[in-house]
Amino acid sequence: MTEWLNVVVQGVLTGGLYAMFAVGLSLIFGVMRLVNIAHGDLIVLAAYVSLMVTQALGVDPLTSLVLVVPIMALVGYALQRGLLNFTLGEDLLPPLLVTFGLSVIIQNGLLELFTADSRKLQAGAIEVLTAQLMPGVWVGYLPLVQFAVAILVIAALQVLFYKTALGRAFRATSDDQPVAQLMGLNTRHVFALAMALSLAVVAIAGVFLAVRSNFDPAIGPARLIFGFEAVIIGGLGNMWGTLAGGVILGVAQAIGAELDPGWQLLAGHIAFLVILALRPQGLFPKVSG
Amino acid sequence: MADPLLDVRGIDVFYGDFQALFGVSLRIETGEVVAVIGANGAGKSTLLRSIAGLMHPRRGEIRLAGASITHSPAFEVVRRGVALVPEGRRLFPSLTVEENLLIGAQLKRPGPWTLARVYDLFPALAARRRLPATALSGGQQQMAAIGRALMANPRLLLCDEISLGLAPIVVRDIYAQIPRIVAEGLSLVIVEQDIAQALKAAARAYCLQEGRVALHGATRELTRETISAAYFGV
Amino acid sequence: MSRVEHASRSSRVGVALAGFGLAALAMAPLWADRATLRLLAEMFTYVALASLWNLLAGYAGLVSVGQQAFVGLGGYLLFALGIQFGVPPLAAVLVAGPVAALVSIPVALLIFRLRGAYFAIGTWVMAEVFRLMASQIAALGGGSGISLPASLVLAMAPTRQWRELEIYWLALALAVAVLVAIFVLLRSRHGLALTAVRDNELAAQSSGIDVRRLKFAVYVLTAFGTAMIGALIFLMKLRISPDTAFSVNDWTAFVIFIVVIGGIGRIEGPIIGTIVFFLLRQTLADLGSLYLMMMGTVAIAVMLAAPKGIWGLIVERLGWQMLPLQRRLVLEPSGKARAR
Repeated sequence: MTEWLNVVVQGVLTGGLYAMFAVGLSLIFGVMRLVNIAHGDLIVLAAYVSLMVTQALGVDPLTSLVLVVPIMALVGYALQRGLLNFTLGEDLLPPLLVTFGLSVIIQNGLLELFTADSRKLQAGAIEVLTAQLMPGVWVGYLPLVQFAVAILVIAALQVLFYKTALGRAFRATSDDQPVAQLMGLNTRHVFALAMALSLAVVAIAGVFLAVRSNFDPAIGPARLIFGFEAVIIGGLGNMWGTLAGGVILGVAQAIGAELDPGWQLLAGHIAFLVILALRPQGLFPKVSG
Repeated sequence: MADPLLDVRGIDVFYGDFQALFGVSLRIETGEVVAVIGANGAGKSTLLRSIAGLMHPRRGEIRLAGASITHSPAFEVVRRGVALVPEGRRLFPSLTVEENLLIGAQLKRPGPWTLARVYDLFPALAARRRLPATALSGGQQQMAAIGRALMANPRLLLCDEISLGLAPIVVRDIYAQIPRIVAEGLSLVIVEQDIAQALKAAARAYCLQEGRVALHGATRELTRETISAAYFGV
Repeated sequence: MSRVEHASRSSRVGVALAGFGLAALAMAPLWADRATLRLLAEMFTYVALASLWNLLAGYAGLVSVGQQAFVGLGGYLLFALGIQFGVPPLAAVLVAGPVAALVSIPVALLIFRLRGAYFAIGTWVMAEVFRLMASQIAALGGGSGISLPASLVLAMAPTRQWRELEIYWLALALAVAVLVAIFVLLRSRHGLALTAVRDNELAAQSSGIDVRRLKFAVYVLTAFGTAMIGALIFLMKLRISPDTAFSVNDWTAFVIFIVVIGGIGRIEGPIIGTIVFFLLRQTLADLGSLYLMMMGTVAIAVMLAAPKGIWGLIVERLGWQMLPLQRRLVLEPSGKARAR
């Protein structure tokens, strides 16, 4: 019994990471209807940026966030202003194909710079610390911290979206671009800020990914898919729903892996497909107001 | 002579290959209320969209207080003090009434208009400030759209088809507030298909017909005959 | 006083040229060496894959990044049918089509619930599911893959040379069949509807086109063709593994590159794109990942600067069209008018 409880707890905590993959994706979809196929590769890019920062400065990965987050945010802003803004319009094809091309470029660029070798970031003592949740159920400090950070990130985004002028600008631009311009909003700048924010979250997700498990240049697409599945399971446009989506995905994968190591990913995909079949709007669709 | 507040000089505006405006010129002085009338498709909305910077003329020039805004993007034009109340209200549906007003003020142009003043002008909005914009009636939405534009503290307010789809009594209520708005020193351009309402509120009028200025003058000097000639081209 | 005409002078020349080229390719074993034939056959598979993806994305607006699902399914069907039931490879290639079409129906029912851009990622999830399932099948080598038994291969033809010729002609025939099928589809009433959907989905819907059904049909047809090509590809490779069969790079990234470069939404685009792709590959493939980065960059540049691709530029500049697909209203002088 406690064995299964352990499995579920691990799954829940991993789900926090998936939720972080997901919120960056759904944030830019919400603001500019852009689905960024390179999202997963950007997560991996952030992991490598953190690797470089930790190596260059000798700091631990979590401290490297101080630099990785702003670097990725800048990358996001530049990417949006310099490239992605030109793809936005009525036609779905340009943004999809351009971000797909971007994904190929990032993957192969990382391969060229860092080889296909598997890497991992060492977070030091915190990696081995565990706490007893209840008799027989142990959790690592690091997964707990990661889950707490996921909740904090989502809460912060929620506040930013609904309580600040920037969030208002995001929502207004998403509603009606020409009128947003009439209000003095430079929509290209607003989109770039949204992408910067998305990649700031990507940076956090990338560092936690790199601390929790091995990574190499090819693992991006799978992270995109996990994030996407969490978004759809939770329901479009609902950030807490996305957290729930990530948790469901994480638990499904953990249970699958417990049954048979080969079933880990498949179990997650099946959970996603079942929800798509039974409740295509997701478990917690946004209440339209 | 000092520059007029708005000076539109012979603009040609196109939608792709289709020319919507032919050498349209228009001048507006500070504190003036001017009506732009004309049949459906005469180019009234295109004129306002061009002034507001949502479209750009291929030829001609638009100057605001002497400085060219011909090719400025919309977000730049509103910074210089031109606000547009777009046709069909177009409030932001995912924002509350108050958030819609606040986003109008996000450039923080100094001036008389504040949330309190707008609520004072349109008390119906104050009671519904926390509601989503979609929960308002058509007339209240129009009030919110005007309030949102005022929050930018413009020098020039452009109103596109305020009365469209609204009950006459609601239209009268909204127009009744125009003197209070103008009293704050801004200039106003009213575009309407409903001629009577617009001519009553304005001192001068331009009549557009098929993309050209067919007539302009002081409203009290315009007769029904000259207007209908300019309106319908008969 | 008027009639609708498909052909223009350049397209009549184009059809003549295409016929001539086809004859030359059919007789290639007379003038080409083994390596060239292999290369040509591979090009034919890419022309077919790219044309099918073009139909899906360029005409039906279904941007899929998961067509590797059906390439791999076709490949695995070839191996499964051969190893389990002794089905001869050439027959298995033909059977792969209808089987994949059947499989694609429930797949489509699920992923058509996703709108627009999310549909794209949904197709990718499906391809992943297929890949993971393939690696669970121990009888087909699980995760490490399996070779096509020599007995099956040897039974195909008396000599190796004949076997290679059979495969070459099959590749040519399938590519031509795919092109002809797409051509006929686009010339039909449904083709007009598809073009309408591509240009304006909402307007097409309101003019009575059942957009969803049309897209569904295109998705299933594309799966049919893609799986046959997939089976053929792995008949050429003689070995299959989940990673090669469901490779997003080989069966989607390259295919998208080909279509974007050649000209999306045009039947000639994939042919031009394949030629460009293979020219680049023959000269630059040694660069490895740098080559792939370059490809991604070129695709992005074309998408932004010339979204209609090379063929689009040719059509715009010269008014050419190779295949008579366009409908033109021809006004005849009234003297010659026939009563209708």
